[in-house]
Amino acid sequence: MSALTDDTLPASPRAVRDEMVVFVVMAALLLIVPWTGIYPFFVMQALCFALLACAFNLLIGYGGLLSFGHAMFLGTAGYLTAHALKVWGLSPELGILFGTLGAAALGVITGYVSIRRQGIYFSMITLALSQLLFFVYLQTPFTHGEDGIQGIPQGYLFGVFNLAKPITLYYVVLAGFLGGFLIIYRTINSPFGEVLKAIRENEPRAISLGYKTDQYKLVAFILSGTLAGFAGSLKVFVAQNASLTDVHWTMSGEVVLMTLVGGLGTVFGPVVGAFVIIAMQQYLAGFGQWVTVIQGVIFVTCVLTFRRGVIGEIAHYFRRSL
Amino acid sequence: MKQQISALLFGTALALCVTAAMAQDKNVKIGVLTDNSGLYSDLGGAGSTLAAQMAIEDSGLAAKGWKIDLISADHQNKPDIATTIARQWIDVEKVDILMDVLNSGVGLAINNLVKEKNAVMINTGAATSDLTNAQCSPNTVHWVYDTYMLANSTGQALVKAGGDTWYFLTADYAFGHALERDTTAVVVKSGGKVIGTVKHPLNSSDFSSFLLQAQASKAKIVGMANAGGDTTNTIKQASEFGIVAGGQKLAGLLLFITDVHSLGLKVAQGLTFTETFYWDLNDGTRAFSKRFSERMKNKAQPSMVQAGVYSGLIHYFKTLEAMGGNVHDGIKVVDKMKSLPTDDALFGKGSIRVDGRKIHPAYLFEVKKPEESKGPWDYYKLIGTTPGDQAFRPLSESACPLVKK
Amino acid sequence: MQALYAQLLVGLINGSFYALLSLGLAVIFGMLNIINFAHGALYMMGAFCAYFLLHLTGLGYWPALIIAPIVVGIFGMILERTMLQWLTGLDHLYGLLLTFGIALIVQGVFQNYFGSSGLPYAIPDELKGGMNLGFMFLPIYRGWVVVFSLIVCIATWYLIEKTRLGANLRAATENPTLVRAFGINVPRMITLTYGLGVGLAALAGVLSAPINQVRPLMGADLIIVVFAVVVIGGMGSIMGSIITGFALGVIEGLTKYFYPEASNTVVFVLMVLVLLVKPTGLTGRAA
Repeated sequence: MSALTDDTLPASPRAVRDEMVVFVVMAALLLIVPWTGIYPFFVMQALCFALLACAFNLLIGYGGLLSFGHAMFLGTAGYLTAHALKVWGLSPELGILFGTLGAAALGVITGYVSIRRQGIYFSMITLALSQLLFFVYLQTPFTHGEDGIQGIPQGYLFGVFNLAKPITLYYVVLAGFLGGFLIIYRTINSPFGEVLKAIRENEPRAISLGYKTDQYKLVAFILSGTLAGFAGSLKVFVAQNASLTDVHWTMSGEVVLMTLVGGLGTVFGPVVGAFVIIAMQQYLAGFGQWVTVIQGVIFVTCVLTFRRGVIGEIAHYFRRSL
Repeated sequence: MKQQISALLFGTALALCVTAAMAQDKNVKIGVLTDNSGLYSDLGGAGSTLAAQMAIEDSGLAAKGWKIDLISADHQNKPDIATTIARQWIDVEKVDILMDVLNSGVGLAINNLVKEKNAVMINTGAATSDLTNAQCSPNTVHWVYDTYMLANSTGQALVKAGGDTWYFLTADYAFGHALERDTTAVVVKSGGKVIGTVKHPLNSSDFSSFLLQAQASKAKIVGMANAGGDTTNTIKQASEFGIVAGGQKLAGLLLFITDVHSLGLKVAQGLTFTETFYWDLNDGTRAFSKRFSERMKNKAQPSMVQAGVYSGLIHYFKTLEAMGGNVHDGIKVVDKMKSLPTDDALFGKGSIRVDGRKIHPAYLFEVKKPEESKGPWDYYKLIGTTPGDQAFRPLSESACPLVKK
Repeated sequence: MQALYAQLLVGLINGSFYALLSLGLAVIFGMLNIINFAHGALYMMGAFCAYFLLHLTGLGYWPALIIAPIVVGIFGMILERTMLQWLTGLDHLYGLLLTFGIALIVQGVFQNYFGSSGLPYAIPDELKGGMNLGFMFLPIYRGWVVVFSLIVCIATWYLIEKTRLGANLRAATENPTLVRAFGINVPRMITLTYGLGVGLAALAGVLSAPINQVRPLMGADLIIVVFAVVVIGGMGSIMGSIITGFALGVIEGLTKYFYPEASNTVVFVLMVLVLLVKPTGLTGRAA
């Protein structure tokens, strides 16, 4: 059985150096966006999804766990942050903290249930759990059902930064994204990340080596869920609403698609994938009817011919780790 | 004194110059933001864009030197996609007015955005009455219908016709609860009684157990406080369980002609519900609908949402013409729209209230039996009309901050 | 108490759909080791197929019951030959991703051409009307659905567990190389199995066409519930998935009566409970 990710690449100091170079280039590019005339709201939204996809990728790319329910973290954190800001009038930083912690708590509970099975079962369980939450959010009054939570005040971060100004908001979102990205990057290059990869490759062997694999998987799941939640909290400031869309299974599917397009198990793949898919949604909106079909075609094409994804293919070609 | 006069003259001249400059701006950009691919694409979708196109042609503004652009996009029923598109439209494409914007979640999100950006929205598709109530905005006009009106008109008329005991099948989320609450209030006020209610989950495929409970209740009217696929499935399965044949009447609280079309008369016959537009109402609606359906891909007749896009734009154009040019100031335009009476072939004479609510009559229809129908799309019998001033939520009950009490 | 019986019976009807669909999933999983995410879309195609047969060729419900599963089954076999086949030897998750993509395409295309509100399909004349059972009014068509799907389920179980063909099939699941050495064409067998599973989904679609509106998204949400059913039952045994399907339908029916607010979440909650108590599912072997 061939794994989902390309492991022909050696993990070496060179790999780490390559990745750092790319990271600096990426950060620099993102920093100058507001002066390029590119529409900043588009980039902000893409950044939130990029962080979500990176969090998802931590599970699939390094833990071998394909979650089909990551929208539940995005949506839960979004709802909690939105509620905290709008109804309780909390400051942005507390709102983000509240949403992210909520996602973490959800990660503990759902992780405890879902890591009991592997492979396909894990995917189905996460999907079912997120559907369960979808119905819960549909019915609980605080989410306002289909109307969603609207008109969320953006406020002043730390009492200083006015988030209603697009440029300030942009840099705050960018900082959040880069911070989350570095946490993930640090995790996969830590001893913890190495054990995760070992579990992905051969779980029985990892167990025989004395690792409590379930605990490793649970921690990875919680971390991934928390960061996905963080992305959801940030997104509230960009979209200024929290709606059922973010907890629906189609959103979970989109996250999978983003990561698949960019490259499962690559460091930068999910970022590229998120930008591609979000751009597609925005620019195809004018063409209307074919968005889902095109997404489906991309899924099929990727799986059949392009399994490494954009970044994965590039990395493979240059034999570099990206 | 002399100085004063010259200053006055200068000021007047300046003002005249400014007005002249403004009057020269005859560019308008319209964005139709709708669901092109999902659940509501039959209701709005390509038909809404066509309706907007027809309004531009019929306004005759092009001949008077106006330049009117039309763009449209699919919001995929996702509020954040919708806001990103709309934000870009307003910021980059300089769109002046957003049309259609169906789906309540999307409608409310755009409502906030349009207010922030001082643009205009004429919402013809969203059901939520919040748009002109607690969340009303000086930049939004809610054109066609809302949940309060539907509950009000249907509830009132049916009780008057003898349907004084009700049983509700309610979709278990905010929208369903609101519909049930509003209808219950009307039913009770009109002298009827609600003898039971059952809440069903959204997107159920099976309504049999709920229908059994409704049947057992022996209520005269089974009110469906749900929407879309849930309503059509309820109707279909109700006919299977013999609800209508057993003497109970089904009342839809949010139902469109597109739903009746997809159900077929055999199943839908006898249904009672409210709409504010039907293609076969009078000569004006028939003439428009004929032109409309000839240009539709599937020859469909216009839904009330699509008709609203046409009617709303006609009024918008009239307002701009009266203002002598496009001032690109949402609040000013909407204020002017409110001050002018509305009049078009589709919705008749009407007005726009201070809270942004467009006022026109509401019609109670009953779906014809298959043998009564003379051809495709001949679906409704008009059985009652509620005048505009009684159909909508009275301003005295309004929670809208724009309403001064 | 009467109402309770009625709800039990109604639950059984839903259970028949769950059973037919999870049976199809189990059959496919047993042979191809993939979870067929396109199952809901293929179920929808079955219903549409019945609609087209009626409106284009004038063939009614009864021929559709046979033709639609065959047509959709052939479509499935083409999918298997042209796409799924290439995933042999890869991680099973690719199968899930591929079939998810297929589901999006199929549902999207149908939505583009047929809108989303759906098309009507009438109950066949022979099965119209209902019986008064004393405690409830049972539409004859619903009774038919329960009886017919029970027969189909048992026939499928018999085919796989008791016939020579089924024995070959099960052997090929256990050890494809060995079975190939006996001169059995394993790839063809895989294709046929996929066709069979898909045909079962299409059959469920035809059965549901007169009850539900024929809509492009009719299978999209249903499939997630069926996934939960499959997790609860475990895909280890054919009989297991049949019984769990019916049982969960009944439990859901009871929930609709006692606490309707929870009726769309009860299956998922049960799934969580089962996972906590017996992670391999009720009838599943350890993975």
